[in-house]
Amino acid sequence: MSLLAHLPVLVVIVPLMAAPLCVLVDRAQPVWLLALGAALLSFLCAIGLLLQVPEGGAISYHLGGWEPPWGIEYRIDRLAALMLLIVSAMATLVMLFARRSVEREIPAERVVLFYAAFLLAFAGLLGIVATGDAFNVFVFLEISSLASYALISMGRDRRALNAAFQYLIMGTIGATFILIGIGLLYMMTGTLNMQDLAARLPEMADTRTVRAGFAFLSVGISLKLALFPLHLWLPNAYAYAPSIVSAFLAATATKVALYIMLRFMLDIFGADFALKQMPFDTILLVLGILGILSASLVAIYQTNVKRMLAYSSIAQIGYMVLGIGLATTLGITASVLHLFNHALMKGTLFLALGALAYRLGSVNLRDFAGLGWRMPWTMGAIVVGGLSLIGVPPTVGFISKWYLVLAALERGWWPVALVILVGSLMALIYVWRLVEVAYLRAPAEGAVVPREAPLSMLVPIWLLAGANIYFGVATDLSVGSAREIAQLLMGGGG
Amino acid sequence: MSQLPGLYNNFIVIFLMMAGFYVVISQGNLVKKLVGLSLFQTSVFIFYISMGKIADGHAPILTEGVRIYSNPLPHVLILTAIVVGVATTALGLALVVRIQEAYGSVEEESIQAQDDAAERAHNDADDAARRSMDA
Repeated sequence: MSLLAHLPVLVVIVPLMAAPLCVLVDRAQPVWLLALGAALLSFLCAIGLLLQVPEGGAISYHLGGWEPPWGIEYRIDRLAALMLLIVSAMATLVMLFARRSVEREIPAERVVLFYAAFLLAFAGLLGIVATGDAFNVFVFLEISSLASYALISMGRDRRALNAAFQYLIMGTIGATFILIGIGLLYMMTGTLNMQDLAARLPEMADTRTVRAGFAFLSVGISLKLALFPLHLWLPNAYAYAPSIVSAFLAATATKVALYIMLRFMLDIFGADFALKQMPFDTILLVLGILGILSASLVAIYQTNVKRMLAYSSIAQIGYMVLGIGLATTLGITASVLHLFNHALMKGTLFLALGALAYRLGSVNLRDFAGLGWRMPWTMGAIVVGGLSLIGVPPTVGFISKWYLVLAALERGWWPVALVILVGSLMALIYVWRLVEVAYLRAPAEGAVVPREAPLSMLVPIWLLAGANIYFGVATDLSVGSAREIAQLLMGGGG
Repeated sequence: MSQLPGLYNNFIVIFLMMAGFYVVISQGNLVKKLVGLSLFQTSVFIFYISMGKIADGHAPILTEGVRIYSNPLPHVLILTAIVVGVATTALGLALVVRIQEAYGSVEEESIQAQDDAAERAHNDADDAARRSMDA
């Protein structure tokens, strides 16, 4: 077989193997290059996969040559290929950015381990997406989670330790719930292969065991997703983690959790069971709305900008599940679009904050005074990301909110559309607070005068900021894929 | 009622699970929280392993004259989950050690109080700086 046929597994294996290599090499500079190379290689594999995926079909890869359902199958359909692309692209950009930021924020003796843990978290996220085996999802989930607990605990502030511990407790409970859910499904069907599960579940959908499995999976995945009100671990974890960890996790980890939700709920259980027989759509709708409103409100009052963006992430997760809650093809399209777009906006914002932290040593709002003039490029990127967060055209944020509003109106639920608009207004308030301080307020006397961020940081930031605008104008790729994915997901069960 | 003996394992599982969960929620001591978390995870191991048992099934070793074997797959799955559980506990304990070094305590309340106090001191210093600037 040619190397191309092995892409589905290579995309995961490359970073997984690079992680122990990092520890063996044990010198900061080469290890950074190695990590960057691994991320880039994964990214290239992901592009190759996206090009290979047949229209409406999937690439099936049998691990070790064992036929599914006995062996583990890797299955890349359009949704999985798109997710692999997002995750690996973010990892590559974050790694480009990382060298100086890590030098500044991580103690020298831990730098190597930091990169190794980063690669493990990255490989875990890719594995979750690539695999077609339910138990494999749990294993990769734990690989990525354990690595992210370690990454978060490397923040400079001692509160990072506590945040990592809280996340460990909540994350483990979530993962264990997922494990119970998978166990219950296995009990009924005797299979772990996702395709097989999807084929066998409808017969026994009406049993208490399957319903219990559904409930355990919903709660477990929602915990990982940081869906309101299970979001308590997220703000501190993002606020006190090292800058590049916040950027990477905010752009990918919750998105992958949403992917698990789409995969399990719509693909395995089927849209019919999850959204019609079980009241999952109503639950998501209500929790999504509550999440948007409450998290946006809390975000307005934050003085630590990283914490503010973390709360804004919880609100954005609200939008994504709202789309699923609408239970229409258009709703799922909006949800998948927002997943893609939110990765772009939060990636931009958190990376730009990383550059600010590099120059200022702080991400507190009061230290932002006058920054618009001292670090015009970095603040410019924050403004672009902020506009995208609010949903101003021609940024990507507008596209996904537009589709979300359309989907709500299609169902005739104008109050839901109103909530989306109110959420955008609240985003306007917290983004405006940033802009006001940065551009209109003079810096305090005696404050450090920062220089513009180094080029190695500006390039990845502006690549992402550019993508925010590019995909806001050229919507064919993102909207087209999102629509195709949504049709597949909704059609699979009904 | 005739089903009760067969569900014996499940009752143990549910009891252990709830006990572990309760310990995680109610205890303020971080080490005790981890103990509860381990208990919670262990209950799931038993759940999987008892799932593999098939009525009248023998141990899954190829033997003459035996036709029904128990399912060995859940055991294998749970081996992986046990490794994950060990790693989680180890990482959790490592974090507790670092928390003890940083805060001098492993009690949630005390850690929270120290964080709050630090936050207040920080804000007060800010206000003072602002006042002196205004004046």
